[in-house]
Amino acid sequence: MRLDVKKTYKLFIGGKFPRSESGHTYELTNPKGEFVANVVLASRKDARDAVVAARAAQPGWAGATAYNRGQVLYRIAEMLEGRREQFVAEIRELTRATEKAANSEVDAAIDSWVWHAGWSDKVDSVAGSMNPVAGPFFNISTNQPTGVVAAFAPQKSSLVGLVNTIAPIIVTGNAVVVVASESLPLSAITLTEVLATSDLPGGVVNVLTGKEKDLSPWLASHKDVNAVDLEGTSDPVDLEIRAAETLKRVVRPGAFARSASKGSLQQILAFMEVKTVWHPEGH
Amino acid sequence: MFEYAPAPESRALVTFQSSYGHFIGGKFTKPSNTYQTISPSTEQVLAEISTASAKDVDMAVKAARSAYEKVWSKLSGAERGKYLYRIARIIQERARELAIAETLNNGKPIKETRDADIPLVAAWFFYYAGWADKLDYAGLGVNPKAHGVAAQVIPWNFPLMMLAWKIAPALAAGNTVVLKPAETTPLTALLFAEICQQAGLPDGVVNIITGFGQTGADLIAHKDVNKVAFTGSTGVGRLIAKQVAGTNKKVTLELGGKAANIVFDDAPLDQAVEGIINGIFFNQGHVCCAGSRLLVQESIQDELLKKLKRRMETLKLGDPLDKNTDIGAINSKVQLDKITKLVKLGVKEGGEAWAPNCEIPKKGFWYAPTVITGVAANNTVAREEIFGPVLSVLTFRTPAEAVAKANNTPFGLSAGIWSEKGSRILKVADQLNAGVIWANTFNQFDPASPFGGFKESGYGREGGRHGLLAYLKGDN
Amino acid sequence: MTKNDPVAIVGGKITNSSLRRWLHSLPGVDKVGLEARAAGLGTRSIKTTSKAWALDAAIKMMDLTTLEGMDTPDRVRSLCLKALTPDPTDPDCPRPAAICVYGDMVSVAKQTLGKSGIYVAAVATAFPSGRASVAVKLQDTKDAVKAGADEIDMVIDRGAFLSGNYLEVYKQIQAVKNACTRADGSRAHLKVILETGELQTYDNIRRASYLAMLAGGDFIKTSTGKVTVNATIPITLLMLQAVRDWYDQTGVLIGVKPAGGIRTAKDAIKYLVVVKEVAGEKWLTPDLFRFGASSLLNDVLMQRQKLKTGNYSGPDYVTVD
Repeated sequence: MRLDVKKTYKLFIGGKFPRSESGHTYELTNPKGEFVANVVLASRKDARDAVVAARAAQPGWAGATAYNRGQVLYRIAEMLEGRREQFVAEIRELTRATEKAANSEVDAAIDSWVWHAGWSDKVDSVAGSMNPVAGPFFNISTNQPTGVVAAFAPQKSSLVGLVNTIAPIIVTGNAVVVVASESLPLSAITLTEVLATSDLPGGVVNVLTGKEKDLSPWLASHKDVNAVDLEGTSDPVDLEIRAAETLKRVVRPGAFARSASKGSLQQILAFMEVKTVWHPEGH
Repeated sequence: MFEYAPAPESRALVTFQSSYGHFIGGKFTKPSNTYQTISPSTEQVLAEISTASAKDVDMAVKAARSAYEKVWSKLSGAERGKYLYRIARIIQERARELAIAETLNNGKPIKETRDADIPLVAAWFFYYAGWADKLDYAGLGVNPKAHGVAAQVIPWNFPLMMLAWKIAPALAAGNTVVLKPAETTPLTALLFAEICQQAGLPDGVVNIITGFGQTGADLIAHKDVNKVAFTGSTGVGRLIAKQVAGTNKKVTLELGGKAANIVFDDAPLDQAVEGIINGIFFNQGHVCCAGSRLLVQESIQDELLKKLKRRMETLKLGDPLDKNTDIGAINSKVQLDKITKLVKLGVKEGGEAWAPNCEIPKKGFWYAPTVITGVAANNTVAREEIFGPVLSVLTFRTPAEAVAKANNTPFGLSAGIWSEKGSRILKVADQLNAGVIWANTFNQFDPASPFGGFKESGYGREGGRHGLLAYLKGDN
Repeated sequence: MTKNDPVAIVGGKITNSSLRRWLHSLPGVDKVGLEARAAGLGTRSIKTTSKAWALDAAIKMMDLTTLEGMDTPDRVRSLCLKALTPDPTDPDCPRPAAICVYGDMVSVAKQTLGKSGIYVAAVATAFPSGRASVAVKLQDTKDAVKAGADEIDMVIDRGAFLSGNYLEVYKQIQAVKNACTRADGSRAHLKVILETGELQTYDNIRRASYLAMLAGGDFIKTSTGKVTVNATIPITLLMLQAVRDWYDQTGVLIGVKPAGGIRTAKDAIKYLVVVKEVAGEKWLTPDLFRFGASSLLNDVLMQRQKLKTGNYSGPDYVTVD
């Protein structure tokens, strides 16, 4: 009888896998109450470090061509497809999902990732505009990524909710610090293993595991975070108030569906800023 | 002193079959009624190619129709997109082989196929793959429908790239296609057929038939075709436009051009020289949007021409498979004769032709990059598309005059503007009657950027969201 | 007054405003276009005989350099001996054009190099920053010339340039050129370092190039090698265009030296392609083109070894100096 080599679940910050600076973990159990793993309990300092990593990575990611970002994301989808068995196993381990249902979820997650990947070089064609102002001016509006986003993945979803949280944020050049579901964190960590071996620059996606309540007030009030996605939070009103201090862009829980095989353009645009440029026209 | 030793790309990476049939319903037919396709740089035969009869055309359209009704129209956009992603990936994987094949059959330098053509082919498929599941956002309302079967006829100047421009958006939008490559450049289309097989594309979604003008005409005239897309000469475009009148067929045409490349006295001169070179000598000038008319502000004419001629002397003409070649072969004897004739006429009408000393290989079809100065607006070389590495030079005094001269043509495909003054660039761009305007650059292509002409350069756009519209119902 | 007199070229008495008018009337540089041309030239495939020629040329055009605060006499001696015998296993291996050191190391270098014909270039004028009084900068120059320097690599006053004081930059170059004169009337050759990484825009680099050529520099040089961005191909291309145009305009031949960040033989060959296709073969000589480099030499030597033996070489087969 062969003993298998068990996986260690760590945080994903700046492209690396550190443990929490606090050294804390929490016990993850399956629906039967059996021990599954010790998952890292991220602290506010981990969150702080993640924001630093995100900010450092963001300009380079936004500066890549849209085509390049699309290619990077598309290749991640290829790798997700290659790892589908592991994702299915992890979903089933922590939920009561049937094999069919778990596979369905993984299908939806991958297809949604692909759907988002294809947006990188199309957003401005649909949501940008030349504006016919009343004067001899060339006037153009484009959409620019907002910067660093703090996001809270849906608590009740293993993979598809996570994908539908991360992908719309990063496809246009934002960097994200995402807090995974407290009870369903395994898919998040496996996803980070995929990201670490992809061409995604370290720091574009940072994943923290642990208790949302411990981390959200710090992220919502952090002055170097530009926007917050409050989907998986328990007290979104309080967080919205904290975010208001620096006028962060806020996405409230329930604003977007997160379980389908595609997302919404509005969700992508929620993390973008419209920039309008004027230029005179004259010989 | 520092002569570049030959640096040939390896011919061995490509294997052509000795003969090809048509690609219909996911399979190759037996070769029939064959002709030879050659390498225009050596005149060597590359393969035997079939000529499609009216019956073959009918079979292909039937295969496309069946695939549309039974399979393709029933797939979700996400699934169609994934097929297109697979095709894009395989093109990337086989990029080197495709570049060599294209260089052999077309005559253009390997540097261009490797660095421009093939990467754009892959990019076009990637780009439109990402539209397949987003048609709701195309601007035609929710769940727009495809036309059905698209008949697509493409030219010889960018064979695989033109194929990508046609097939990628058509499939993304949900159509099936029958495509006819040009008679002199069928090989990369036939390799593409193999790629469709490798990608597992359902049978009949893409059909490739080869042949001459008659095959193209038969295809476009076929009753069961819903959409026609043609890139080629204005002459043939005219015929097609007449032919589809009275039918329900939707048509897009991408035809000829005689683009003005306007250089103002405040242009970034050295980069303008590069832009002129790129504009007319890239792809041996076999480019519909080539900057074939240099409109230079009179005050800087001498300085610019001096720099231009000096730059032309560094152009290397020769074996297209040599990685250092800048100017490759002319695609066919027919085209070569046309260019030669027009340049002679240009000189007869009062222009002065100049070309650097190029060693012309003994076999194959070649024309040295040439600049004709002292051209007047009514000269043939100022009005007619030469489709070769020949630049006609005219002058202007003021921006208004530049615009008037640039617009003074039945064509309207593209134009270039060189100036360091933003407001002038934008104003002139606003006034030019051309579908693609390049400022301080030239011959830039991107799948996200719509391309197409005004006036007799055709109608419809390829690339971008606009490029998708041609293949969906609800657009004109 | 000849057509080459600065006054004739600028079109009037040399003042700050006349210089400004002249420099700002030069055609602009489009960054995207320039970089595209540089990238295009980078795809030239240099093989076999042309590669062999280029590798040898790269060595012959090298200013083998050590410019560290911790340079010692033995360090300089060692570098000079390397220049005299770059590849002990190959007597056919050519030698670099010059050794480049700080001014106070010139005498050590001169002693070691003897009558070999390898020049000694000294950096001067409070290299690398140039932030010192003009008197100090001139003394720095004179000391190096007195110690025997064949060439002086000076830095321009970037602060003066960026604040628009072109006249000051011009006058300093002229003063340093004067300070290069020896007692016997001969003159050390002057390379003018623009420090392109600090000038930042291509328009600035073109203007600085023209200013330096007007003031009488023998070479225009990209960088000190001591800042984040040193030589690049687009910058060097731009400067080669400038010397080419200057030659057309005045008949005067001025050289170009990219320095700093050129580490591989592959890069060096790319530069030589740019020299050939932009300036012309006339510039393919150590009299008109130099590489300012240190680790480049070993990479070129390894490439030479590969061409000779057919096998990839390794760091153990070239000497660390």
